[in-house]
Amino acid sequence: MLATLATANELPPAATEPVDFKTQIQPLFEARCEACHNAANKMSGLQLDDKAAAMAGGHSGPAIVPGDSAGSRLIHMVAGYRVKVVMPPGGPELTPQEIGLLRGWIDQGAEWPESEVKKTAVEPGEDKHWSWQPRGAPKPPAVKNEAWVQNPIDRFVLAKLESKDIAPSEAADPLTLLRRLSFDLNGLPPSPEQVEQFSQDASQQALERAIDRLLRSEAYGEKWAMHWLDQVRYADSDGYEKDDPRPHAWRYRHWVIEALNQDKPFDEFSIEQIAGDLLPHPTEDQLVATGFHRNTLKNREGGVNKEQFRFEETVDRASTIGTVWLGLTVGCAQCHDHKFDPISQKDFYSFYAFLNNIEEDLTPAPLPGERGAWLRTHAEYRARRDELLCAYDIPDLQPEWEKKVKYHGENPGLDTAWDVNWDTLAKMTDGGEKYILIPAEERTELQADVVTDYFLRFYTQVSTRDEYKALGFGELRGKLARLEESYPQMSQARTVFELDPPRPTTVHVRGGWDRPGIPVSPGVPGFLPPIGVENPNRLDMARWLFREDNPLTARVIVNRVWQEYFGQGLVVTSDDFGKQGAEPSHPELLDWLAQDFIDSGWSLKHLHRRIVTSATYQQSADARPDLTQVDPDNRLLARQQRLRLPGELIRDAALSAGGLLNDEVGGKSVKPPMPEGVASLSYAGGFSWEVPEGRDRYRRGLYIHFQRTVPYPMLTTFDAAERAVAICSRERSNTPLQALNLLNDPVFVEAAQGLATRVMLETPSDEFSDRLATAYKLAVGRTPSASERDRLQKLYQQQMQLLDASPKTAEALYPLQPEGYDRTVAAAWTGIGRVLLNTDEFMTRE
Amino acid sequence: MALAHLLQAEGRSAERTDPLAPKPPHFPAKAKNVIFLFQAGAPSQMDLFDPKPVLEKYHGQPLPTELTKDLQLAFIKKNAQVLASQAKFRKCGNSGMQISDMLPHTQGIADEICLIRSMFSEAFNHHPGQSMLMTGSPLLGRPTIGSWLTYGLGSESGNLPGFVVLSSGRGTSGGSSNWSSGFLPSTYAGVPFRSSGDPILYLSNPDGVDKKMQRMSLDAIRDLNEERLEKTGDLEIASRIQSYELAFRMQSAAPELLDFSDEPQHILDSYGVDKEPMHPYAVNCLLARRMVERGVRFVMLAHASWDQHQNLKKDLKKNCDITDQPGAALIKDLKQRGMLDETLVVWGGEFGRTSLADIRRPEDLDTVGRDHHPNGYSMWVAGGGIKGGQTIGSTDDLALRVQDEKVHVHDLQATLLNQMGFDHTKLTYRHMGRDFRLTDVGGEVVKKMIA
Repeated sequence: MLATLATANELPPAATEPVDFKTQIQPLFEARCEACHNAANKMSGLQLDDKAAAMAGGHSGPAIVPGDSAGSRLIHMVAGYRVKVVMPPGGPELTPQEIGLLRGWIDQGAEWPESEVKKTAVEPGEDKHWSWQPRGAPKPPAVKNEAWVQNPIDRFVLAKLESKDIAPSEAADPLTLLRRLSFDLNGLPPSPEQVEQFSQDASQQALERAIDRLLRSEAYGEKWAMHWLDQVRYADSDGYEKDDPRPHAWRYRHWVIEALNQDKPFDEFSIEQIAGDLLPHPTEDQLVATGFHRNTLKNREGGVNKEQFRFEETVDRASTIGTVWLGLTVGCAQCHDHKFDPISQKDFYSFYAFLNNIEEDLTPAPLPGERGAWLRTHAEYRARRDELLCAYDIPDLQPEWEKKVKYHGENPGLDTAWDVNWDTLAKMTDGGEKYILIPAEERTELQADVVTDYFLRFYTQVSTRDEYKALGFGELRGKLARLEESYPQMSQARTVFELDPPRPTTVHVRGGWDRPGIPVSPGVPGFLPPIGVENPNRLDMARWLFREDNPLTARVIVNRVWQEYFGQGLVVTSDDFGKQGAEPSHPELLDWLAQDFIDSGWSLKHLHRRIVTSATYQQSADARPDLTQVDPDNRLLARQQRLRLPGELIRDAALSAGGLLNDEVGGKSVKPPMPEGVASLSYAGGFSWEVPEGRDRYRRGLYIHFQRTVPYPMLTTFDAAERAVAICSRERSNTPLQALNLLNDPVFVEAAQGLATRVMLETPSDEFSDRLATAYKLAVGRTPSASERDRLQKLYQQQMQLLDASPKTAEALYPLQPEGYDRTVAAAWTGIGRVLLNTDEFMTRE
Repeated sequence: MALAHLLQAEGRSAERTDPLAPKPPHFPAKAKNVIFLFQAGAPSQMDLFDPKPVLEKYHGQPLPTELTKDLQLAFIKKNAQVLASQAKFRKCGNSGMQISDMLPHTQGIADEICLIRSMFSEAFNHHPGQSMLMTGSPLLGRPTIGSWLTYGLGSESGNLPGFVVLSSGRGTSGGSSNWSSGFLPSTYAGVPFRSSGDPILYLSNPDGVDKKMQRMSLDAIRDLNEERLEKTGDLEIASRIQSYELAFRMQSAAPELLDFSDEPQHILDSYGVDKEPMHPYAVNCLLARRMVERGVRFVMLAHASWDQHQNLKKDLKKNCDITDQPGAALIKDLKQRGMLDETLVVWGGEFGRTSLADIRRPEDLDTVGRDHHPNGYSMWVAGGGIKGGQTIGSTDDLALRVQDEKVHVHDLQATLLNQMGFDHTKLTYRHMGRDFRLTDVGGEVVKKMIA
């Protein structure tokens, strides 16, 4: 990078017109010099973002000699005048005009007005931004209306409302509240029995019992895993181009669901994900947790430089931790010092250094019951695999190929096809380029299989199509896959381990992967409490997040949980607690909740219970004309908020209403029916999307295979996160495509048919109004109003007229076999079910 | 609950209820719509738009290492041999713009197009490259240009999406990330129009539901929603009602759009709608015009793939035969309807290809191809206030680098936004504490392109 030889023999002429520091010089320093010459980096000892420091010069002496530009080292360096290296290195050189301006400015006396002197380095505690101050220990305030208070949260909210003479809203009616709790805690609507029970007894005790039940349900882990997976950008495929599937990714999701259901303390939950591999004697589960780091996008394109993408992935890991746990946009400092927050580029790479030694791995992670069966049959499986390989002469062919491909790896440029074959090995496999160097007899089973599988799949790169076909490798690959499937499998997990000895880390000039700057060692930004450990590693960093005096983590997490209950956080920018972020609406409540969360032993279930048992949470969501002017955004929380459900939950609710939902918890991803042609828009061109037989297609939306370049259309339509970078809150858009999806997608039609079946079977009478009561209970968990009943009765009659006239239409609308009821009637109820599943109320948590 | 009162009191209701309501740009726009003829996979510029006769002198030889030392290559190595172009070029139009004989119809619109021979990009692989072209960043997760424009301008179509995606050939490397709304609300995401089945996903009614029953159901949904709106006062319900009405209109508008029976035969023939191999691409070009006529803001028409690492001779011709006539017909058709002035048409891919050969089968040199090359390639833009009949920039004789008038992808994006009435530095969206824009931290309007 520093190869440019200076050849200039003279300097460009100095500008003769007056030069203005603020508009002409400072921007030039900022854009072209300060990435390296700033308070934090100070390369060659020079700093150009501070007047005194700039005038003092660098290691080679003064850089600016006021009045003498021709004698100023700064000018020599940028003009390449009698120096070995031209500044800025690696980037385009300054134009003669720019150098002329610098010269003019220096010749005119290098005026640097005091008003333009920038404040730079920030000492701990010096910056008074609210979120990096220590948490206070606020006491829940006194309020006038004591009767409204159900727990301390309410005091903070009510005190503020009373100060503005605003009364809180009435409590929501019991059935609305039950439905709200069910969606919020479990992501599912209440069952008709629960609705029935609650409509008879909605006492405080009944409410608490319902909350207990919901927190105990395994659906709780699924619902809150969905939010977590957005933040950790979980997906089932690589992301870039070929977007290869990640068949083992689910094991991490499975771990998240289990950990949440066990209410694993949030500090442990986090430390295991960030550094489970570095814990003393990590358990299998703690290794599985590190799958968090494996959710980064991967590019396996032919022209990719592996180191470049390792760099991008490491940057993403650092940014994700910054966003998810600290609410800091540390990623902004990848290319330059953070513009608003006191995070220098050096700080960023010091933080990055914690993650720079991550190596990727695949480890056995059997679910209960898998290991025994696997052990019993494994030897037999291997023997049969070897037999198959022998039948296709692989033991003879593979060593020959290995020799050749290794030769071309060592001697590139002789034959492009073989060069590509060697390069692809490193790109398409995780570790194949290393395994092939291990003598065959010393490879582990996993290593051996990686090399063999690669050989069978990619030999086509160096053979003609006919040759490859004649060898029968395609056929063999199919047989091997079927053989593997026919034996008990042991789940595997994508994990990480720490490289030893560690890689040196440097600043990367302007964020370029191939532009190393000054060396840095692992560390945390200076404005936060120090890490307090000599030579800290990733585990120390993870633990540091949970130090009592870390001002951010607990606030950030309780705020993010809060936002799912009220549609927005106490800090609206739940991904940014920096200076560009919003101020908290209730700072004391935020601190109180954070402290309460810590005091509970970082128990998320405790936090959830706190929130849902508050009167604040239990208010009605109805709009209030008296608030539209004074509090249009409901920041004061004088009411609840209607929230359109996430796509996954709309699907779950419809399947549930139709009695179709398969509520099996955890396990592999599933591929429910997807319209033809959707998969073909991917580069992989119609990659395999085999719809499972049986009830797997009715699993919860959370389990839908997430192929990053072809996300499941219904989820995208309803604002599912892209899962490319950490997303802390989803949009809630409202579009015609959503309407088409719910009206016409076969899944929702099936749900309406299921709903009709239940109406027919679960209603004791055949009265319209009784049947409608069942339908309402199933779809929206309440009883219909008189006007709703009248309106739907009208629709019912209109439909019956059409359907009576055309039995074929009835059969198309309700193709199921009627069990002792009339098909036409069931078809009409399918129509009504479809209407109910398309109401705004159905898709909204009220 | 007095609904009217609520609607009145809610100051932001217009924005709340319709994020796609038409909005004015920063300054009066030259263009209202964009048709992006996206040639995914990276077309070979020196065989199509940028003649390099000097290559013939070096054909079959490696270049001196001095010349290739900074070259980044995807598959081949730096000692690869030069591959001269077999294409014949001819001077076209008033400006004498040189265009390859592989594109005879494009030659005929030379006076309409502004050819940029000096495009460059940093992204080097397909997916990051496409992402760069569409979102201004090689990393995934940002909004695409169509999303930015529908976010900035809203939609003028009452019954079609504001941003539509059409595709032919195989899938693109970027898949849905090429029309994603990134961190913008999904309202602004591109809506793929499909070539088989429903043109828009879930457009047609389920079995057993005809138009009459659909209307009946929608009336009931609307009435139930209105009752809920009265009770809760939540204006989201008002937009839900609108969305369902728009969905119903879309159900009739989309099939009407696809019905070419009102097009005269000579128009169908000019695009080559009934001819192979151009049929699917021709249909998409004609659809693009019909969409723009109906107020669709941004049509992305993706064709893949131009990634000729191998079989350059055969597959480049195939792609040209598919795309040349329909693309040229689109320009002429827009012009004769007086629509070209208001419609920006962009042609190009994520980068270009090397002058060095990619040889996988030395025994069969007909299979040779070219590798990836982001350091200098060609694109063209027409209409929408762009000055046609001119060539911008040049590359060196060996097609290694841009020689003058460099146009970075961000510069092109800045220029496109400019024609649509936007200062590219001010069309921003706050996300993760930062104001993001299409042109990231770069971009300068290429003034020379503008009429």
